[in-house]
Amino acid sequence: MSIIIFSILFCIGFYLFSKNILQVRANILLGKDINRTNKTSERWKTMVLVALGQKKMFTRPIPALLHLCLYAAFVITQIELIEIFTDGFTNSHRFFHSFLGGFYTFIISFIEILSILALVGTVAFLSRRNLLKLPRLNMKELAGWPKKDANIILIMEIFLVTFIFTMNGADEAIMSAKGESYHFIISSLIAPIFEGMDIHTLHIFEQIGWWGHLVMVFTFLNYLPYSKHFHIVLAFPNTYYSNLEKKGKFTNLSSVTEEVKKLMDPTIDPFAATGNDGDVPSRFGAKDVTDLTWKNLLDAYTCTECGRCTSSCPANQTGKLLSPRKIMMDTRDRLVELGEGIRKNGKDYTDGKSLLRDYITEEEIWACTSCNACVQECPVNIDPLSIIVDLRRYLVMEESKIPTELTGMLTNIENNGAPWQFSPADRGNWINE
Amino acid sequence: MSTAFKVSTMAEMMANGESPDILFWVGCSGSFDDRAKKITKAVAKILHHCNVKFAVLGVEESCTGDPAKRAGNEFTFQMQAMMNIQVLDAYEVKKIVTACPHCFNTLKNEYPELGGNYEVIHHTQLIQDLINQGKLRLEGSQTYKGKKITFHDPCYLGRANDVYEAPRTLIEKLDAELIEMKRCKTTGLCCGAGGAQMFKEAEKGNKEINVERTEDALETNASIIATGCPFCNTMMTDGVKNFNKEQDIQVLDVAELIANAADL
Repeated sequence: MSIIIFSILFCIGFYLFSKNILQVRANILLGKDINRTNKTSERWKTMVLVALGQKKMFTRPIPALLHLCLYAAFVITQIELIEIFTDGFTNSHRFFHSFLGGFYTFIISFIEILSILALVGTVAFLSRRNLLKLPRLNMKELAGWPKKDANIILIMEIFLVTFIFTMNGADEAIMSAKGESYHFIISSLIAPIFEGMDIHTLHIFEQIGWWGHLVMVFTFLNYLPYSKHFHIVLAFPNTYYSNLEKKGKFTNLSSVTEEVKKLMDPTIDPFAATGNDGDVPSRFGAKDVTDLTWKNLLDAYTCTECGRCTSSCPANQTGKLLSPRKIMMDTRDRLVELGEGIRKNGKDYTDGKSLLRDYITEEEIWACTSCNACVQECPVNIDPLSIIVDLRRYLVMEESKIPTELTGMLTNIENNGAPWQFSPADRGNWINE
Repeated sequence: MSTAFKVSTMAEMMANGESPDILFWVGCSGSFDDRAKKITKAVAKILHHCNVKFAVLGVEESCTGDPAKRAGNEFTFQMQAMMNIQVLDAYEVKKIVTACPHCFNTLKNEYPELGGNYEVIHHTQLIQDLINQGKLRLEGSQTYKGKKITFHDPCYLGRANDVYEAPRTLIEKLDAELIEMKRCKTTGLCCGAGGAQMFKEAEKGNKEINVERTEDALETNASIIATGCPFCNTMMTDGVKNFNKEQDIQVLDVAELIANAADL
């Protein structure tokens, strides 16, 4: 009976997860193509250092250490999950115990220590958010759902750990009733809590722990794609597909290059009809999420809203509206909204809304100094700046909407080859002044 | 104060059948802004002193297009880039030095895709090379000995292109005391001028970015704020004025420090 219930849970859990993953993938692929498959070895190296090794987290040591506790516990606990799944499918109890002997005790004890550290980390994170009210974790873009999402995840982690210890503790108590012990380092200390209970009750507790943990795992798995916490999966592909160029290099718009070459070629008749009939010219820059690249959209799903970008942003620190984190959150929210509509109504679906203006205002994007602090800070190599630049490109080249002073700057460059109104003839004056 | 030596243009060099080892890309600030012109002269003096065969484009130089690109106008940027590439290629330029990190970044990273391939270095890198080669000696210079100097990282030199050490090495050569701001190198705070902000008023906020950054610099108690960018220089100078500290604190380009120390 329990095998059947387990199998049903298992199948539903993974079916829903793969369905969610495919939806996210479809949404990401709504973005424009960009080549990020070159330099394979450098990409693997970046992923190992930045995602697996969390290299960029350690510029802020306190959260980095707390995060490391959760991360290590999460990764290592997967070993115990393998046993839980095996036990579920074979209706056995601690399948690997008889094979591994002392090594089994070591592994489970190791997991238990990490789980305790994870619990400490979780409580610390909850207090940083809710009691200490760290500024970067309490900014206005986090009001409402994002704040709740963060707390839900942390509370889920507490449940996961509690169920593990209920299971192991009750199991140890059962053993000690028989005059034996697994010698698990933490749960052998927890076992006395269950003292005085009969074997039947202890079995119930052990089962509550086991099933509880299992249900939490599947809940967690399927909550992820809706949560900011998706970074635990997407950090890996996102760092693999990092921008490996110098941060100062902005992308080249090749469609513009074609136009400019024609303008500068004296052999081309400017009034002649251009070829490529039927080619729909693509939009310059980005107005909506579908104008961004798939990497921008992967970035948006990967963002865990930690706010390191925003706390290092010079514009944000001086009270401007711009928040790089909000740029990423808006991109994701808009993508989810549009993706939903496209799934229901087909690929030509439009809802009259766009990322620019309905989510991100012009004031935000013009406050950016393109200093790359946000890009530098992001622990999973998200690039908010490239989205900001593409939104500017759309505004300037498609709508000619630009702050007035910048119109002057551009006119000066076009007329006299300098952003200020100086005569090009005076360029060499410094030599003789 | 004109330069006491002749600065040749590429056109003049070509007319004489010569070609320089390196082109000095002056940039718009360095050509037109009175404060930045002093930095340009300092660089020229150092190059001349070290017998580097260099030339400038003079009237043939034009904006790299950087502010247009940062402002989102790819057309203006590419028009400028293509015109500049035509000029640079006509003179068969191979190597470029510039004192402006914005020109540096654009020439180095964004021109290649449009067909302009040059070896581009920042002036602090070139000066470091000259010192390493023994062409420029600062030993025994008392000018900045023991002076407290802090270095403000220009975003387009530091984070954008990972050049952090060259300017610092130069400051250490002055026998001065280099004091880092709490935010420096990869975590350095922008002066507020990048991304075409130099040419517009800031959006509504509660503080100017250059004031925030100047506070970082004041905390170090340095008597000199060194930088390697004409825009940063303007912003930091304004920041110092904002605190009425212009009598106590100088804002200087690393090239000026070196030229002064070498008594050029």
